[in-house]
Amino acid sequence: MNRRVLLFLPLLGFIGLAVFFYYGLGQDPSYRDSALMTREFPAFEASTLEDPERQVDESLLTGAITLVNVWGEWCPACKQEMPQLLDLADRGIRMVGINYRDTREKGREFLDEFGNPFEVNIFDPEGDLGFDLGVYGAPETFLVDAQGVIRYHHTGYISPEDVRNTLLPEVEKWR
Amino acid sequence: MFTEMIPEIGHYALVIGLLMAAVQTLAPLAGATMRKPLWMAYGLPMAAGQFLFVAIAYACLTTSYMLDDFSVANVANNSNSLLPWYYKFSAVWGNHEGSVLLWSLMLAGWSFVAALFSRNLPRDMVARVIGVMGAVCVGFLLFILMTSNPFERLLPGIPQDGADLNPLLQDFGLVVHPPMLYMGYVGFSVVFAFAIAALLGGRLDSAWTRWARPWCNVAWAFLTVGIALGSWWAYYELGWGGWWFWDPVENASLLPWLTGTALIHSLAVTEKRGSFKSWTVLLAIATFSLSLMGTFLVRSGVLTSVHAFANDPSRGFFILMLLAITVAISLFIFALRAPRVSHQVGFSWLSRDSLLLINNILLVIMTVTVLLGTLYPLILDSLNLGKISVGPPYFNALFVPLTVIMSIFMGMGPVSRWKRMPGKEIYKRLWLSAVAAVVIGALIPVFYGPEWNVWVALGMIVALWIVIPMLRDIFDKVRHASSFMAGIKKLSYPYWGMVLGHLGVAVTIVGVAVVSNYNLERNVRMSPGTSVELGGYTFTMTELTERRGANFLADTSIINVQRGDGRNFIMRPEKRLYLATGMPMTQVALRPGFFRDLYVAMGEDLGDGSWAMRIQFKPMVRWLWLGGVNGCGRPSGRGR
Repeated sequence: MNRRVLLFLPLLGFIGLAVFFYYGLGQDPSYRDSALMTREFPAFEASTLEDPERQVDESLLTGAITLVNVWGEWCPACKQEMPQLLDLADRGIRMVGINYRDTREKGREFLDEFGNPFEVNIFDPEGDLGFDLGVYGAPETFLVDAQGVIRYHHTGYISPEDVRNTLLPEVEKWR
Repeated sequence: MFTEMIPEIGHYALVIGLLMAAVQTLAPLAGATMRKPLWMAYGLPMAAGQFLFVAIAYACLTTSYMLDDFSVANVANNSNSLLPWYYKFSAVWGNHEGSVLLWSLMLAGWSFVAALFSRNLPRDMVARVIGVMGAVCVGFLLFILMTSNPFERLLPGIPQDGADLNPLLQDFGLVVHPPMLYMGYVGFSVVFAFAIAALLGGRLDSAWTRWARPWCNVAWAFLTVGIALGSWWAYYELGWGGWWFWDPVENASLLPWLTGTALIHSLAVTEKRGSFKSWTVLLAIATFSLSLMGTFLVRSGVLTSVHAFANDPSRGFFILMLLAITVAISLFIFALRAPRVSHQVGFSWLSRDSLLLINNILLVIMTVTVLLGTLYPLILDSLNLGKISVGPPYFNALFVPLTVIMSIFMGMGPVSRWKRMPGKEIYKRLWLSAVAAVVIGALIPVFYGPEWNVWVALGMIVALWIVIPMLRDIFDKVRHASSFMAGIKKLSYPYWGMVLGHLGVAVTIVGVAVVSNYNLERNVRMSPGTSVELGGYTFTMTELTERRGANFLADTSIINVQRGDGRNFIMRPEKRLYLATGMPMTQVALRPGFFRDLYVAMGEDLGDGSWAMRIQFKPMVRWLWLGGVNGCGRPSGRGR
C-alpha cells in the first residue's frame, strides 16, 4: 500500500473521535447520567422522618405518579427550591422526600421553617438509599410513575422555569 | 473613579491581545512562505505585545477580585468579602472563565519566551513557530471573548456580597495545582509549534528535535509536578485518603503525560540517530492535541466528573471546533508533509534504539487504554448501546501489568548502547543487578509491614530493577575518573535528567505498591475519652470544641496520639461549615512522615456527642508524590 495513505490514518481516527464528541455534546449530561432511567426504584426499607416507628419500603412509591426529592437541612440549594416544590404539591402532584444525610432534629426544623410539600419523608441518615439511587448530592429529584419505575431525573436546583418547562410536562407525559 | 473602569480596561486589553495574536499568526507565516524578512520580523514584537496585553487583562481581573468588585459576575459568583486575600488571588482560576484566561496568559507567555530564546535559530523556522503559537492564542482568546468573558457585569442589581469560592478549592493545593498543570499543558504547545513549523518548512532533519527537546523537558516537568500536586490535593482535601481515582479529568491530564513521556524518548532517538522522524512529529501533535482534548472534556460537560466546570453547550461546541480545527489541520499537514519513506537507519533488536521503540509502543498502549476507558461510556451511549461507567478495576487490571513490563525494559535502557549490542554484553552487565533486585525486593516485605505480600514484593523488585543497573552504570562511569567528584562532574546534564526521571518512577512505584497493600484503616465512633489503636499508635479523643475561622465555623476534635515509645502529639481534624455557601467540608488532620502518614478525618455527627471518625495509617504514601517532584530534575537534562 502507498505509505502516504497510511499517514492519513491519524487524521481519520481523530475525525471518528470528534464525531463521538459532537454526539456527546448534543446530550445533556445531567440527563444522560442517570443510569437509573426506566429502571425500577431500588428496593429499600427505612423509617420515616416524622415517625421513627413507621417503616416504609419501595411499595410506598407505587399507585400514583410521585416526585421524589432528595434533600437535607445542610443543603442551601434545597432551601431555595422549596417554594417550587410547594408549588408542585399545590398542583396536586404527590411529593415524597428523602431526608438525606441529616438528623431527625435538623430535618424537622427545616420543614418547620421552609414548609413541607411532602406527603412523607424517608429518613436516610447514612445515605444508603441515596447511594442506591446514584445521588451525587442534594438536591436531586426523581419522577417515579405509578408502577414504581423511574422516568425522569433532575439533578440540582429546580428553578421556576424548570417546573414549567420540564417537570410539569414530564409528569403529564407519564401520568 | 479609575477602579470602576478596571473590568472594561481588562476587556479592551483582551481585544487588543487578540488582534496582536492575529498579526503574530499571519505576518510571520506569510513571511516565511513568501520569504519576506520584514513580515517575519513581526513575530517577536507581536508575541511580546500579546503577552503584555493578556497580562494586563489578567491583572485587571485579579484586581477586581482583590477589590471585591461584585458588579463583575465572575467575582460575585466565585468570591466573597470574607475570603482571605490569597484565596481571592487564586479564586481567579477556580472557575471556568478565569482559568481559560490563565491558560491564555500562559500560552502568550510561552510563545513570547519561545520567540525570545529562538533568536539564534533560522529565521523562517522561528517565524513559523511563532506563527503557529499565535494561531493557538487566537483560538483561545476568541473562545474567551465570544463565550466566556470574565469581565461581564451584573448591572444594575449589584449583589451585596459574593457567593464565595467553593470550599474544596480554598486550599493551598488549589493555589498551585492548576497553574502547574496548565504550564505543562500549554508548554507542549511549543513542541507542537516546532513540529508543525518543521513540517511546513520541510526541514524534518534532526535539527528541530534538538531545538524542541528542552521545551519538551520543561513542559513535561511542569505537567508531572501538576499531576502529583493534584493527587496530593485530592488525598488531603477530599477526605477519604485516596490519591488517584481514575476520574475522567485526572485521566485527561494523564493522557498528555503518557504521550509526552513517549515524546521525550522518541525525540532522543530522532536527535541522536535520525530515525523515528514521522513518529516523533506525530507524538508532538498528539501530546498537544490530548492537552486540548482534556480542556474540551473538562469544560464541555461531555463527561461527568468531580472536576467538571459548570457546563454550557455553546462553550462545548466552541472548544470542539477549536480542537477539531487545530488537530485536523495539523494531522492533515502531517499526512501531506511527513517523510514519505522513512530514512532507514538500521539497528539490531538488541540496542537502545529498539528498547526505546518498545518504550514508545508500551506508552502508546497505555495511552489507548486510558483513552478507551475514559471515552467508552460516551461512545457506548452515542451508539445507544446502554449506559455504563468504567471504574478503577478496569484501569488497574491493565495499567499495573503494563507498568511492570515497562519497568523491565526501563532497567535495561540506560545501560544499553545505540545501534547494536551483543546479548552477551547485556547479560554480563545486568545479571548481578537482576539477582540483587529479586532477592532484596522479595525480602523487604518480610522485614517491613504486617505480612509478606506478593504485590509489595513485585513493586520492590521492579523499583530496584530500575535503580540498581542505573547506579551500577554511574559507578562504572565514575570509576575510571581521577577522583569521584571529577567522575560525577563528567556525566552530562541529559544523563542526570534521565537518572532523576527514572529514579522518580521507581520511587513512585514503591509508594504505590506499599500504600495500596499495607494501608490500615478504621472507621470508628468516637467521643471524648474514646481510644483506638492502629499501626502501633493510640488515638485518643480528648475534647470536642468549636471554633470560628475567617469564613467558616468548625467542629474540631482534639486527638491525642501516642506512639509506641510513649511520645505523643496532637492532631486536630475538623468538620467545617462555610457560611456563605452553607457547604460542609472535612478538614483532614495529617501527620506526614517520610515512611508513613497518619490520617484522621471527621465523618458524620452521630448525635449524643460522638462522631464517626476515619483513621488511617498510610505507609510510604509520600513516596508517590516524591517521585513526581523528582521529575523537576528533568529540565536540567536539556539537550546539548
